[in-house]
Amino acid sequence: MELLDFLGQNLNDFWSFTGFANVTWEHMIMLLVGLFFIWLAIKHDFEPLLLVPIGFGILIGNIPFKVDAGLEIGIYEEGSVLNILYNGVSAGWYPPLIFLGIGAMTDFSALIANPKLMLIGAAAQFGIFGAYMVALALGFAPDQAGAIAIIGGADGPTAIFLSSKLAPNLMGAIAVSAYSYMALVPVIQPPIMKLLTTKKERVIKMKPARAVSQNEKIMFPIIGLLLTCFVVPSALPLLGMLFFGNLLRESGVTTRLAKTASNALNDIIVMLLGLTVGASTQASEFLTQDTLFIFALGFMAFIIASASGVLFVKIFNLFLPKHKKINPLIGNAGVSAVPMSARISNNIGLQYDPSNYLLMHAMGPNVAGVIGSAVAAGALLGFLG
Amino acid sequence: MNKKVILLLSCLLLSISGVMAQGRKAICINEVMVQNDSNYIDDYGKYQAWIELFNSSFAPIEISSMYLTNDKNNPTMYPVPRMDVNTEIPPRQHVVFWADGEPNKGTFHISFELKPGEENWIGLYDADGKTLIDEVTIPAQLGSNESYARINDGVKCANEKDAWSIRNGEDTYVTPSSNNVVIEKNSKIDMFAKSDKKGFGMTILAMAVVFSALLLLSICFRVIGKINEEIAARKKMAATSSNVTTADGTKTSVDSGEEIAAITMALHEHLNMHDNEDLVLTINKVKKAYSPWNSKIYSLRQIPRN
Repeated sequence: MELLDFLGQNLNDFWSFTGFANVTWEHMIMLLVGLFFIWLAIKHDFEPLLLVPIGFGILIGNIPFKVDAGLEIGIYEEGSVLNILYNGVSAGWYPPLIFLGIGAMTDFSALIANPKLMLIGAAAQFGIFGAYMVALALGFAPDQAGAIAIIGGADGPTAIFLSSKLAPNLMGAIAVSAYSYMALVPVIQPPIMKLLTTKKERVIKMKPARAVSQNEKIMFPIIGLLLTCFVVPSALPLLGMLFFGNLLRESGVTTRLAKTASNALNDIIVMLLGLTVGASTQASEFLTQDTLFIFALGFMAFIIASASGVLFVKIFNLFLPKHKKINPLIGNAGVSAVPMSARISNNIGLQYDPSNYLLMHAMGPNVAGVIGSAVAAGALLGFLG
Repeated sequence: MNKKVILLLSCLLLSISGVMAQGRKAICINEVMVQNDSNYIDDYGKYQAWIELFNSSFAPIEISSMYLTNDKNNPTMYPVPRMDVNTEIPPRQHVVFWADGEPNKGTFHISFELKPGEENWIGLYDADGKTLIDEVTIPAQLGSNESYARINDGVKCANEKDAWSIRNGEDTYVTPSSNNVVIEKNSKIDMFAKSDKKGFGMTILAMAVVFSALLLLSICFRVIGKINEEIAARKKMAATSSNVTTADGTKTSVDSGEEIAAITMALHEHLNMHDNEDLVLTINKVKKAYSPWNSKIYSLRQIPRN
C-alpha cells in the first residue's frame, strides 16, 4: 500500500510538471501563431530566414511548464540558457552585429551614383512619426510610443535596439510585429503603390546610373559615418557597425572579414535573434491589449511609410526636368526592408513595362532607408532616452 | 616592417593610456562629513568622519592605487589598496571612505582624520601621485552631522564653490553612499508628455534631423561625384592627348566607346579568321618529362649479379 502511495504521489508530482498540467488557452493561441509563422515561411516563402527561427522560437517560448518550480528553463529566468542567449536582444548587441552583416553585403553604388535618392529614404520615415502620434493618442507614454513607432522603419534590428532602450517591456511584441510586417512587404506594399500612382508614372524610365569608382565606394562608409553620427551620435552602435561592415567590403583588402561578417556571423546572429525574439513571446507576457495595439500601430506605420515614400517622389518630380524624373514606384523602397521592397518596385514596374528594370534604382532609396531608420532611431533615443 | 609594427603598437599604447587617464578623471569627491556624532555608522559600529567618492562616468572604474590626502605637501598619504574587488566603483555609483586614521581596519578606513571646526582640504590624486584628480576645501563652519555635498552628483562648476552646498540633515538630506539628488522621473519624457501631447513637435524635430543627416550625405556625395567625374574626364583627356589628326588638319578623338568596340571587333575577326573550315583540329605534342620519382631504376629491386 505504501508503495502504491509512493508511486501515486510521484506520478502526481511528475504530472504537475508536465506541459499538459500547465497549459492554458493563451499558450495554445501562441503555439498556433508559431505554427502559422512556420507555415507562412515554408509554404509561401515569406522571409523564411526570419519567420522560421521566430516561429520556432514562439513554440519554444510557449511550451507550458511549472513556472514556480525554479527550473531555470524560461527565457525570463535568470541564468537559463535561453536567458543567456536573450541577452543579445535585451542588452541590444545583436542588432549592431546584424547591421555589420548588412553593411558587408550591401552595395551602396546605386545611392552614391544618384545621391538625391537618399531623400526618399528620409521621407519614408514619416511612417514612424505618424505611428508615434497615433500611439500617443492611444495613451502610450512618449518613450513607449517612440519604441512602437519605429516599426514603421521596417527594420527589425533597429526596432529591437530602440525598444530595448526605451520600452523593454514591449520589446517582444514590437520585434515580432516588425519582423512580421517585413515578411508581409509583398502583400502590403503593392496595393498602396498602385493606388497612389498613375499608369503614366509607373512606366517612367530612369536614366541608367553612372559607374561609381572604387574611391567613392571607400569614401562612402567613412564620410557617411562621420556625417550621420555627428548629427545623431545616439545612432552610433547601428550606423557605426553598418558603415564598418561596408568598409570591410569595399576596401578590397579585408575580403575575408567581409565574407565572415556577411555570411557566417550574420547567419549565426539571425538564428539566435530570431529564435530568442520568438521565445520572448511567452503567452503571459505577450497576449495583452498592448500587443494588439502594437500590431495595429505597426501595420499603420508600415502603410504610412510606404505611402509617404511614393508621394514624396511624386512631389519631388514636380521640381525635376522631364529627362530626370524618378519613377514613383521606387518610393516604397524608402522603407528599409532590404532588398525585399526594392524587388517589389522592380516587379510592379515590370508588370507595366517589361523592359523597365527598376531594381538598381530602387536599391538607392532602399539602403538609404536603412540609414534613415537608424538615424530616426537615434533621434528618438536622443530625445526620449 | 618592424618600424611599422612599432609605430602601430606605440599608437595603440598611447590611445589606451589616454582612455585610462580619461576614465579616472571621472572620479570625484562628492560628499564629506567632518563631524559625525550620530549620523552614519561604519562597519565597526562607530561614528567617524567620512568622504564619499562618486564615479560620474557610465563605465566601472578601478580606483586602487589612487591617493587620498589632506596634506598638499604629501599627496600620497593614503594609497587605496590593491587587490580588493570593492575598489571598482560601478557606473554612477559611490564609495565611502572613513577618515578615522586607522587604515588597518580595512581598505575603506584611511590614514588621516578630518578636523572639526577648521578648514579641511581633501585631495584625490591619480596612481602617479602627481596628477590631481579632484580637490575640495571643506568650510570650517560645517557643524555636527552636517555634510558638504555637491549639489548635483559629479557635476563640477567653473567656480567650484558654486557646485557645493551644506546639508544639515533636516530640510536637506545627508546622503552617504547614495545620490545627492534623487532622480524620480525622466525629465525629457515628462517634457514631451507635457508640451507635445499630439506628437507634432517630435515629428517635426525628428524628421528635420533625419532629413538633414541624409541631405548632408546626399550633398556631400553629389560634390564628390562631380569631382570624381572631373578627375576621370581629365585622366581620359590625358590618356588620349595624342588625338588623331585627320588629313584636313582637324583633331578628332578616338575615345568613343563605339569606335573602340568597332576596332576591337575588327581585330577579333581578323585574328581568328580561317580559310574555309570553321573547326580547327590541333594535335599537341605530349612530353613525358623525366623524373627520378617515376623512374623504374629506383623503384625496382636490383638483382645482384653473381
